[in-house]
Amino acid sequence: MARSMTSPALLLGYRLYVGAFFVFLAAPLFAAGIFAFNDSLFPALPWQGFTLDWFFNDTEPKLGMFHDRRLLSGLYYSFVIALLVSLLSVFVGTTNAFLFVRREFPFKNALYIVMIVPLVIPGVILGISILVFASNIANAVWDAWEVEISLLRPGIVLVVLGQFSFIATITSLVITARLRKFDTSLEEAALNLGASRARVLFTITLPFLRPAMIAAGIVAFLVSFENFNTTLFLVGSESPLTITMYDRMAKIGSTPVLNAVSFFLMVGSGLLALLSVVAQRPGQPD
Amino acid sequence: MSRDARRLSLILLFAPFALWILLLIALPHLGILALSMREKVAPRVYEFGFGNYAEFITEPIYWNTLLRTGSMSLLVTFLALIIGFPIAYYIAKIAGKRARGALFLMCLIPLWVSDLIRAFGWILLLRESGVISRSLQWMGLTQSGIEFLYNDAAVIVGLVYTVILFMIVPLVSTLDGMGDDMIEAGYNLGGNSLTVLRRIIVPYAMPGIVAGCIVVFMMTAGSYLTPILLGGKNSSWFTEQIYNQFISRFNWEGGAAFGVLLLLFTSGVVWIGLRLSGQSLANTVARS
Amino acid sequence: MTDQTTAAFDLDCEGVTKNFGTFRAVDGVSFSIPTGTFFSILGPSGCGKTTLMRMIAGFEEPSAGDIRIKGKSVLSVPPNKRNVKMVFQHLALFPMMDVHDNIAYGLRCAGVPKAEIGARVADVLERVALPDLARRQIHQLSGGQKQRIAIARCMALNPDVLLLDEPLGALDLKLREAMKIELKLLQHQFDTTFVYITHDQSEALVMSDYVAVMNAGRFEQIGRPEELYHAPATAFVAGFVGDSNRWSGTARGTEGETVHIETETGLALGGSPRGTAPIAAGTAVEVFVRPEFITVTRATEPAPEAANHHDGTIDSVLFNGANSRVLVRPPAGGLIEADVTLTGGTSDLRAGDAVRLSWDAAQTMVFAA
Repeated sequence: MARSMTSPALLLGYRLYVGAFFVFLAAPLFAAGIFAFNDSLFPALPWQGFTLDWFFNDTEPKLGMFHDRRLLSGLYYSFVIALLVSLLSVFVGTTNAFLFVRREFPFKNALYIVMIVPLVIPGVILGISILVFASNIANAVWDAWEVEISLLRPGIVLVVLGQFSFIATITSLVITARLRKFDTSLEEAALNLGASRARVLFTITLPFLRPAMIAAGIVAFLVSFENFNTTLFLVGSESPLTITMYDRMAKIGSTPVLNAVSFFLMVGSGLLALLSVVAQRPGQPD
Repeated sequence: MSRDARRLSLILLFAPFALWILLLIALPHLGILALSMREKVAPRVYEFGFGNYAEFITEPIYWNTLLRTGSMSLLVTFLALIIGFPIAYYIAKIAGKRARGALFLMCLIPLWVSDLIRAFGWILLLRESGVISRSLQWMGLTQSGIEFLYNDAAVIVGLVYTVILFMIVPLVSTLDGMGDDMIEAGYNLGGNSLTVLRRIIVPYAMPGIVAGCIVVFMMTAGSYLTPILLGGKNSSWFTEQIYNQFISRFNWEGGAAFGVLLLLFTSGVVWIGLRLSGQSLANTVARS
Repeated sequence: MTDQTTAAFDLDCEGVTKNFGTFRAVDGVSFSIPTGTFFSILGPSGCGKTTLMRMIAGFEEPSAGDIRIKGKSVLSVPPNKRNVKMVFQHLALFPMMDVHDNIAYGLRCAGVPKAEIGARVADVLERVALPDLARRQIHQLSGGQKQRIAIARCMALNPDVLLLDEPLGALDLKLREAMKIELKLLQHQFDTTFVYITHDQSEALVMSDYVAVMNAGRFEQIGRPEELYHAPATAFVAGFVGDSNRWSGTARGTEGETVHIETETGLALGGSPRGTAPIAAGTAVEVFVRPEFITVTRATEPAPEAANHHDGTIDSVLFNGANSRVLVRPPAGGLIEADVTLTGGTSDLRAGDAVRLSWDAAQTMVFAA
């Protein structure tokens, strides 16, 4: 272990630094979560006592998040969007993995770089470019045939496509990495034992990829759920949760119900993230 | 598989990739490029021209904002590297086996919380009526509340906080791949801590460092929520200008031009960074 | 090469050739394997033996030639329809299934009724002597158990031919020795034709009924292990199978059965011509003498009657129990290896001792280079 090289005093200092860093990491999350339980109209000190009102109370002024219709509908839309995005991204991530791991075609290396690029394009720009593109098509169709394609106007479909445009890169990278570890002699062995190509795919290759597909799906779900920048430009009347919360913050200012939502999301994401870690390491060696 | 079946399956595998890149990335970006070169001469009448770019150059507030965004993003990237590297090194090389996994997970947990919640947390800590200010008052260190929010320092703290995990994660995975024996050999051959760090550890971790820096820089320059919420009205972040053009002023042509400029600017910085460090996009970002 | 009266061949290859671009990996290989034999293909890595096996299994298509299983050409049969099963180099057991499901996999593909699958899996597990392992996960098995499960998985399907692609390569030495014997026993037990690919000559010699030595895409010789060892057809086989002292030299003339050689190191040897190419005075030759045919006597003691005598001093003694060996340096230079028996007594040979080496012309194999 490399730690044998450092003096004890230095190591202690190092440990303190690491400790301080984790305090820095935890502090704002802690602040965001803890005030959900403060019996006060403002998310601020002093501590007024413990309450669950910001979750369950059904009357103003302390309307709890589970009775706040706008927040609940935001939660619902976020959920729907995240689900669609993760399904779509895992599908495309899987086909991309097979494409780049198993096949040879011209410009393969260059196209692999192209696949990574969406991850480093600022989300705001993805948002406006897709907005402009969709609007141009919709306008062109209207000018030509007087047909309105509402799917191409800001709304759930555009939000899903906008988020998918960069989340697909994440799922592709995760699933590609797993497929690269696959020993193709397993497929040959299955063929040799008499399986058809389709059977090999469904009984050997996809089960091997499953942990990575689940993990990629969870990551996609979470990234979609928390996305703001891309969504901001594509959102229609069905606002997902981050947009609803932002509006609330901008219009009303911070209220403890936002802390309650934050707490709820942190716990939910934490559990999902844990699930993705568990999914990544089943009891089998790679 | 027969030749035809192979070709067909290649086409089927290629189709989702091609549709995704073409319809959601390539054409939309060409679209805003085209849009940015359109000038409005009368209602519903447009002409080709570089007027939107000319406006960017003649209006100092625009290019000042872009330069400010760029330089602050570089500063944030640098700070994230300086603060994050020791943490990544500790997780990968110094912590015990069990602590390593736990620490790595702890690093990841904030990753799954929205920007908005993170910024919200900082607001609750930093504002005049916030936790830090109140605590200082309570301890008697100050009489009136102190406003820590709405200045550049708050924006930088918030941004470093938001992006530092994207620095630590690739660093941990590259440092993890480096054998302890390599470090020990460095000492064994007579190097002191500084030379071992400079000659062995940092060069080895270079792909991870570059990957982290690229992602962090792009995320910072493209961020929107954190500067606005923590910097307040005068945060002057370039993405805010894009938003204003698009949504508030409904000037899509101008907003598109700004978008193109931001993209060119950030890609340029990344390109220079890759050149200076002798790395490529494929062996840095793609690996993490 | 068959000593059976019925001309029943499980596997025939005729002029099988495989080109990868301009590189010819397998070059016109022909052979027939009688039913129920253990047949090895022995060759250095890169000699084309894996390509040949992959063509038999159907993963590669021959550029020319024909492959027949039980007399029927299988060239147009896809790999999943051939009744040739294969044990892969790293076994390729499915890690996401347990032992039972691994063995049942092929049966399910073949559409065997559910009720019958259980019985057949249990039966084959019984035959590889691992009846209790059905519900084990693959990663819980030892190396030897994995080996047997990989064979059981194939044998459950009653293949016409079982191909084994260096399956012992990943095992450690001790286990490899044990598995050699075990594989031979399993082959008897299943009474199926095994085609075994290896680069390890001791594996091939110990287990096989017949061995084909392959080099640079061609078969150099097919024969029983002892034929290959004692009557190699080519210089390559002589050098590749078993240990030998090897010299390059020139033929100086022939005298009856004996050909007189002068090696490049200056030794004069009498040997017996081997191989098909004629050897006359002036022919460049390769000479091989196996260490066990060289008798070592102290210079002070009488040496046995033999065509070749060479004096020298012992350079070093390589002790290995009954298989000990001495390296002797003749005055002309170079080293000659000879097997000796060391008893541990005071009369044992030591480095520096003056000795005389003797061997017969018949044991000196001379090939035209």
